[in-house]
This record gives sequence, structure tokens and C-alpha cells, in this order.
Amino acid sequence: MNAPHQPSYLSATVGIRSWLLTTDHKRIALLYFAGITFFFFIGGIAATLIRLELITPGPTLGSPDFYNRLFTMHGIIMVWFFLIPSIPTTMGNFILPMMIGARDLAFPRLNLASWYLYMAGGLITLAALVLGGLDTGWTFYEPYSTFYATGYLILGVFGIFVSGFSSILTGLNFIVTVHKLRAPGMTWYRLPVFVWSTYATSLILVLATPVLAMTLLMLLAERVLHVGIFSPQLGGDPILFQHMFWFYSHPAVYIMILPSMGVISEVVPVFARKPLFGYTFVVWCSIAIAAIGFLVWGHHMFVAGQALYASLAFSFLSYLVAVPSAIKVFNWVATLHEGWIRFDAPMLYAFGFIGLFTIGGLTGLFLAALAVDVHVTDTYFVVAHFHYIMVGGAVMGFFAGLHYWWPKMTGRLYPDYWARFAAILAFFGFNLTFFPQFILGYLGMPRRYQSYPPEFQVWHVLSSAGASILAAGYALPLFYFAWSILRGPRAPANPWGATGLEWSTRSPPPPENFVETPTVVRAPYQYVQGEPRMQAGDV
Amino acid sequence: MPGLPFWPPTASGYASQINVLFGALLIVGALTAGLVFFLMLFFANKYRHGSNADRSGTTKKTWRFEVSWTAATLLIFVGLAVWGADIYLHLYNPPANAVQIFVVGKQWMWKAQHPGGQREINALHVPVGQPIRLVLASQDVIHSFFIPALRIKQDVVPGRYETMWFRADKVGRYHLFCAEYCGTDHAHMGGWITVMEPRDFGRWLQAQGGQETLAAQGKDLFRRYGCSGCHEAGGTVRAPRLEGVFGSPVPLSDGSVVIADERYVRDSILDPKAQVAAGYAPVMPTFAGQIGEDDLAKLVAYVESIGPEQARR
Amino acid sequence: MSERAIGFQYATIAQQREASTLGMWAFLATEVLFFGALIAAYLNYRIWFGEEFIAAASLTKVALGTANTAVLLTSSACMAMAVTTFDAGSKRAPIMWLAATAALGLLFVAIKATEWWLEYQEQLVPALNFDLARHGGVAEIFFIFYFCATGLHALHLLIGIGIVTWLAVGIGRGRIEPAGSTTRLVGLYWHFVDIVWIFLFPLIYLAGRTT
Repeated sequence: MNAPHQPSYLSATVGIRSWLLTTDHKRIALLYFAGITFFFFIGGIAATLIRLELITPGPTLGSPDFYNRLFTMHGIIMVWFFLIPSIPTTMGNFILPMMIGARDLAFPRLNLASWYLYMAGGLITLAALVLGGLDTGWTFYEPYSTFYATGYLILGVFGIFVSGFSSILTGLNFIVTVHKLRAPGMTWYRLPVFVWSTYATSLILVLATPVLAMTLLMLLAERVLHVGIFSPQLGGDPILFQHMFWFYSHPAVYIMILPSMGVISEVVPVFARKPLFGYTFVVWCSIAIAAIGFLVWGHHMFVAGQALYASLAFSFLSYLVAVPSAIKVFNWVATLHEGWIRFDAPMLYAFGFIGLFTIGGLTGLFLAALAVDVHVTDTYFVVAHFHYIMVGGAVMGFFAGLHYWWPKMTGRLYPDYWARFAAILAFFGFNLTFFPQFILGYLGMPRRYQSYPPEFQVWHVLSSAGASILAAGYALPLFYFAWSILRGPRAPANPWGATGLEWSTRSPPPPENFVETPTVVRAPYQYVQGEPRMQAGDV
Repeated sequence: MPGLPFWPPTASGYASQINVLFGALLIVGALTAGLVFFLMLFFANKYRHGSNADRSGTTKKTWRFEVSWTAATLLIFVGLAVWGADIYLHLYNPPANAVQIFVVGKQWMWKAQHPGGQREINALHVPVGQPIRLVLASQDVIHSFFIPALRIKQDVVPGRYETMWFRADKVGRYHLFCAEYCGTDHAHMGGWITVMEPRDFGRWLQAQGGQETLAAQGKDLFRRYGCSGCHEAGGTVRAPRLEGVFGSPVPLSDGSVVIADERYVRDSILDPKAQVAAGYAPVMPTFAGQIGEDDLAKLVAYVESIGPEQARR
Repeated sequence: MSERAIGFQYATIAQQREASTLGMWAFLATEVLFFGALIAAYLNYRIWFGEEFIAAASLTKVALGTANTAVLLTSSACMAMAVTTFDAGSKRAPIMWLAATAALGLLFVAIKATEWWLEYQEQLVPALNFDLARHGGVAEIFFIFYFCATGLHALHLLIGIGIVTWLAVGIGRGRIEPAGSTTRLVGLYWHFVDIVWIFLFPLIYLAGRTT
């Protein structure tokens, strides 16, 4: 219902200054949406070029140096400027305060500062790439990165360093918000799972990112000053760099997946019209994943020259960290039992997530088995594994959330037919792209290879063909979302009939989110016989 | 192209064990994924909105399910962890009769030195059925020595020795790759492992031309770099004699004891002050930057050759 | 930033204060991990290269470092006095205590700068003039850690001095609420910078000096 005298957060103030100097978490979320979409397409262009290059066994598009810079750029952009910020800074920023009945985050100005830090870091790294890039891989292993790599390492790494502060401040903001700004009646066990997941993610953001900051600082010190803290020339230890790097970068992958899991935990109950099965287990699994996730980094180093007993411990712990993820999958599936399931686009993406995350997670079991890892580490098996989780999982979860909360954020509906088509297209394209890579990996195809033995070509061609379909699946939303903004029908407050607090206010919401602060009376996901009972009072 | 490859060649008994574990993981994975997919699709169909399935809510107690599937998951995972670790430990127990080959990785090639002094680049010829122990070094950045057919891989880190061992059981020609990104020609840093019948291998060794054994070359270097000036009888400076040292325990000046393996010998040459033998002054000069990895391998081979029999770990 | 105003997202001023306090503690946790990573890397080498690191540590100016430790501990005491007297309702006293805190902080930085100057004279600065032939590569690694750690600490201290000065000015102009949390939070930050030094000093300066 459009009441012109009650402006939404979109129309309350106008002009570029009202956007670039906003402290409204909802506007900041849209600023982040612009940023991460931009970087997603840059990283995606790199991916397209990589898959084009790999169609032939020999060089196709350019020199080995060009290819090396391409996959480095793809990794850096996708990890730090798309995946890490993606859900927390967009949907976390927009929806989390509303979910807990708050008017904004605890520190709105800090939130804006986080965005500027993110954009500054992104532009600095982009400058490095435009100037010619760097060729170290996103993992910057020593001593290659400091003493042998050509390219704009200092600029590229400094951009990541700067954006790290954005991560830290965002996480800090969320932690304080969840602790202190919950509406009356919103006890911890009445919080939607998305809040718990974002909270767990924020714990990792706050505790792991500083270690990356220090690691990158030491890397920069080496490169700028030409001294080798990690280089054997002075007596340094290259493996110490790996320990420090992975101490952050393993928890970082949980930063990338936990928010998606939170989205799925929201979407499945809504479209199954049933309470989430095993709520308490699911929320504590998020915390468990975050905690145990700090203890497994050595599984990236089984062949690196790590001590035997360390490897044994890391292998065991890596199996342990898989357990809470498995529990979540079982709980999502159990939620479907005796539900009233609808197959709107968000639900299709959620199904895709559950299937692909399960496959990706199971292949993690392969990698955690020490003897198998010796064979498949540094091959396409690992590449396939993490793309199943990051793309099949995290990106699908991102799209699930995007399609779920789009009406709330924009006040518009999108054409469900095209959205479902895009979801199915992406699902098939994804599998065709990445499943052959498991086979390539066990065959022995190493990572980061521009040229490869000709017998591997058929798998690469299949993978590249899949990539073109996946690209189409990602490009489609651009069109129907644009249509939605320009001509889409107006969305009601609660188009899906969901129970969360965010659905009790208008679409798009007013600047202060709620006209009156809600009082929460019941747990989330209270669907009785398929009908929602809202968290704050009765609908 | 002889058809679509699904599986790499299996060139050793160890590789077969990996195949079995991998197969077991495939089965566990397929069953689990199959269960999840099946249930999702089954529930999606049975309980789709508008169907007349029974939704009377028979399952109220959720924690029984939670405990059951958590326990089952844990059990399977621990089993897999133990199995994987068990096979992995095999890699740490080279048999005493392994032939030692020194390998140096550098941008962008692999150089191998056989005990008889034969050298190879981007290739390794070995006899079938003979345990081979590789002592790996890097001259510049981290590389990784990867033989898919044997299912083995070891990162090669500058500044230290890494070791790996294998026993190829099948004659043939198998890929050798560098598996750790190392710069421009990372994708070209590889070649072929050739596993030969013992007679063919013997002929191959002969055909490489006459050269001194690695240990004999090492002895020459031992003189040339001045090591014999202190470490042999009649030396002016009091230094430990090296006969019989390799493979034996060496008491150090800080009270600890180390086994004199190839790492110890290499570190003693490059950083002699790090581990000083008990009862000796730390006066040995460092040769860091003066001796390349190729020559270090020869010196190590020499010291090993004057050690007691069966001295290797 | 006036504390009399409540942010629109807060229901009460108490809630806002609690949030600010939790925020500061969370921020300090990130700093623990930041310095902790550096200290962990340092410890790795300290254990690996015991003898060489002790030899290199003997080249640090332990007298000046000890003096600095006393200076910083005193400044923390002054900071604590500032918080207490401000709570008690005074205005002049806290400003003077804060001035003392900042002054001692500046003294610390000055002594540190002197140390660095002396180290430069003695050719101990990596990448500038480190005498590799005389001290060896491991000593250079030690001094990289030394300059990184003390440099980052000094940077945090300079920021702290700025914040303390801002606080003193704010109290003077009546902009800071006595019942509020601002002084306490600034105090937390200052004490944290002090604690980092308490860890760095024995690890770096006192290595091997116990015998």
C-alpha cells in the first residue's frame, strides 16, 4: 500500500549526499550491494577468461604470465571483495536490525565508515589489477610473493589490508547490536537463525581478520624493505607464513558460508510453512562451526612439511568440524517433512544450496583423510570442492536471500517464472562446470596450470561449457531485477506470509524500521497448520 | 586420444590402498548425498502445497533424531580419519633398503641425481619393485613434487630437506608435475617418471655415461671446500670426525641429542652454529650462499657413504 | 560527540553506554589478536633460534626500555586517577591527570625515538643499515620484529595520546558527561596499550637477561 505521506527509507531524503553520507543501515546495505555486485562481475569476467583459456591444452588467450595474473585476480576479488562481505554487509546490514526489532545497528556511523573502508580497499586492489595485476595466487605463498613475484603486489595487498578493517568493524557492530539492541521479549532463543549465523560470522570476523592484517603487514614489510622474515635467505621459515595465513583463511571460509546457512534456515521454514526442525541444535551448530573452525587450519598444509602429529590432529579436527554442518543439513531436510512446500524462487535456490553444499561438504571428507589429501591437494579436486561450497553453497544462499528479501528491500516484486528459470539454469550450469573438476583432480590435474596434458581436455571443455550456462544463470537476474525496480508490481508488507519481525513493517520499510518498537512474544518460525503466527503479537 | 580418462594409472601397492579408501569415501559420499537428495525430492513431492499427505505432526521429539544422526556422523567420520591416517603413516616409514635419489627443484625444472652420479632433468628413471627414497630440496621458491600414478606429493621448501619414498610396482611411464604454484612456467615444470624392469634400468644407468658416484663426487667437494682440513685426521682445528656419524645419535652442546640424518648434515654446512656437537667449539664457518643444492646433495651422499651400514632412517 | 543525546536506535542512555562499552571490549579483542599474531610469530623464532635471539636481544637498550616501562605504568596510574576524579565530580583534577597521562605518553615516545636513533647509529636497522656480516641473518629477523612491534605499539600510543588530549579538551569544554562511559572507555584503551608493552618488554628486551 503506497501512502505518499509516509516515506520509505528510499524516498525519505534525496540527493547523492543523502546516500554517501547516510547512516541508515538499509541505505548502507544498498551501497554495499552496488560494491559487491560490481566486484562479482569483475571476478566473473576473470573466471570467464580462465575457462576460455582452459578449453585448449596449450595457451589460448595469452602468455603464462597473463594466465597467472588472471587466476590471482579471480581469487583475490572473489574472496575478499565479494564472498567475505556479500551476505553480512548486504542482508546482514539491511535485515538483521529489523529481525531483532531494532531501529539501526549499534554504531551507524561506524557502519558507514566500514563501507568507505571496503570501497577504498577495493579500489586500491582494482588499481593494482588495472595497472597490470599480480601473479602470486590469492594465497601469497613465500618466498615467491616477496622475492620472485612480479607485478603490483604492494598495491594489491594493501587494498586487502584496508578492506580487512571494514570486516572487523562490521563484525564488531553486529556483535554489539545483537547483544544490546534486541527488542523487548526478543530473548536469545527467540532470535531467527539468520541472526545467530550472522553473530557467529561476526565472531570470526572480529577474531580472525586481525591475524590476516598482521600477516599481510609482515608480507608488505618484506616486500617493501627487501628483508626476509619468512625467507630462508636470512634463516626465516616459509611455512610460518602458511600457518599465519591459514589461521585466518580457514575461519574465513566459515565467514563465507555461515551467513548463507543462516539464509537457508530462514527460507526453508517459510516455504515449507513449518517451524525449523531442531532450532536449538541448528543455532549451536553455528557457534560450533565458528569455534572449531579456528582449530583446523593445518589441513591446508598436510604436504607442506608440517609435523606428522600436527597433521594427525588437524585431520581429526577437520572431521569434527564437518559434523555440525551435517547436522544442519539433516535439520533442513527434516523441516520439509509434513510441510506445505511451495517452490518459489527462494526455495529453489535453497534446494540447490542443500544439494550442492552437501556434495561440497562430503568432498571435504575426502580432503580431511590424510592419505587421500596427499594425492588430491593442489589439484582440481580442491578447486571443485571449494567451488561447490562457495558457489554452489554461498552464492546460491546469497541468491536465495536476495530473492527472499527483495520485495522487502525494494518494495517491488519480480517475475517468479524468470527467477525460477534462472535458479534451475544456474544449478545445471554449476554442476556441469564443477563436477568434471573432481574427476580431473583425482586424475592428477594440478591447480593454476594454463597448459595441461591433452588427455585432460575433454573434462575441461565440459567444464567450460558449463561455465557459459552458469554465466547465463547469473546474468538473468540483472534483467528481471532491473525490470522489477522499474516496472515491478508493488510488494505488500508480507508477500510470503512469513513470521519474522522484518515482515511486520512496510515494504520498503520506513527509515526508522518500525513505527513502534515491537514486543516479541514467541519463538521464530511459528507456523501452525501452515499458517504463520507473527513473532510480535498476532497477525 | 584413447578414450575418456576417468581414473589415473595405479602404479604401486600404496596407490591401490588410496584407491580403496577413495572408493570407500565415494560410497559414503554417494549414499549420504543420495539420501539427502532422495529425502528432499521425496518430501518436496509428498508435502508440496496442495497435496493431501498426512501432516498430523507425529514427530514431536526432535532430540532423538539429533542425537542419532550426530552419533552416526561422528562414528563414520572418526573411522575415515583413522583409516586415512593409517595409510598416511606408511609414508613415514621408508624401508631400510631404499635407494636414495636427490632431487632439486628450481624455477622451472626438476633435477635428479642418482647415487651412481647419473643426472636427469624433468625425468626420473627407477627400477620396478625397488623402494626409492627421494631427498628433495628447492633452490628458490616452494615447489611440489607430484606423481599422480603413485598418489604421492611433497612440497619442496627452500631452506630445508623434505623426504618421500615410494615403491613402483608397475612398469610404465607416468606424469610428474609441479603442484605448488611457482611462477611463469609452473605448468611446464614436469615430465615423466619411467619405471623399468631391473635389467632395462641397469642398461639405462650404463647408457648415461661414466661418471663418479654421487658419494665420490661428494668426496672431491669435501676436499675442495676445505672440509677435510678440519674433519679429517691431521686437521689443524679440532673438529668431529665424520666416519660412522651418519645415522647415529649426536650429543649437542645444549644437552640434547639428534640423529645425524641428511637434514643434520645439510644444516651443519649452512648454519653450523645452530647445532654444535658437544665438546667442540662453535668455530665452523658457514657455507651459506657458497654451496648450491646440487653440491650439498653430493656432500650429504659422501658423509652418508662413510657412515655405518644401513644408516638411513 | 555529546553524550547527553541518545542515538535514535537506543531506548535509554544506559543501553547506549552498555553498547559503547561492549564495543570497546570487542575492539580490544581484535587488537589482542592483532598483536597476538605478531607475538606468536616472534615466539616461533625465539624458540627456534634461542641462542641467536638472545644474542640479538642483548643489543637492545634495556635501561631505556625499563625506564619506558616505568613511564607507561605511571601514565596508566594517571589515567586511572583521571577516571576516578572525574567520577567524583571534579573537572580540574581529571584534566591535569589526563595531561600527565599524555605527557608521559609523549615521554615514552621520545625515549623510544632515542632508542631507535641509537640503534640507527649502531647499524641495527634492517633495510636501512643493518650490519648483516657482523650480526647475522637471524639477528636481522629479531630486529625486524623489534621495529615492527615497537613501531606498531608506538603508533597505537600516539593515537592514544591524541584521544586523551581530545578527552581532556572535551571535559574542559563541558561536553563529556561525568556519569558517562567515555572516560572509562578511553581508560580501557590506554590500559590496553600499556598491557601490550608489558608483554613486549620482557619478550624482546629481557630475553636471556635473567641469568
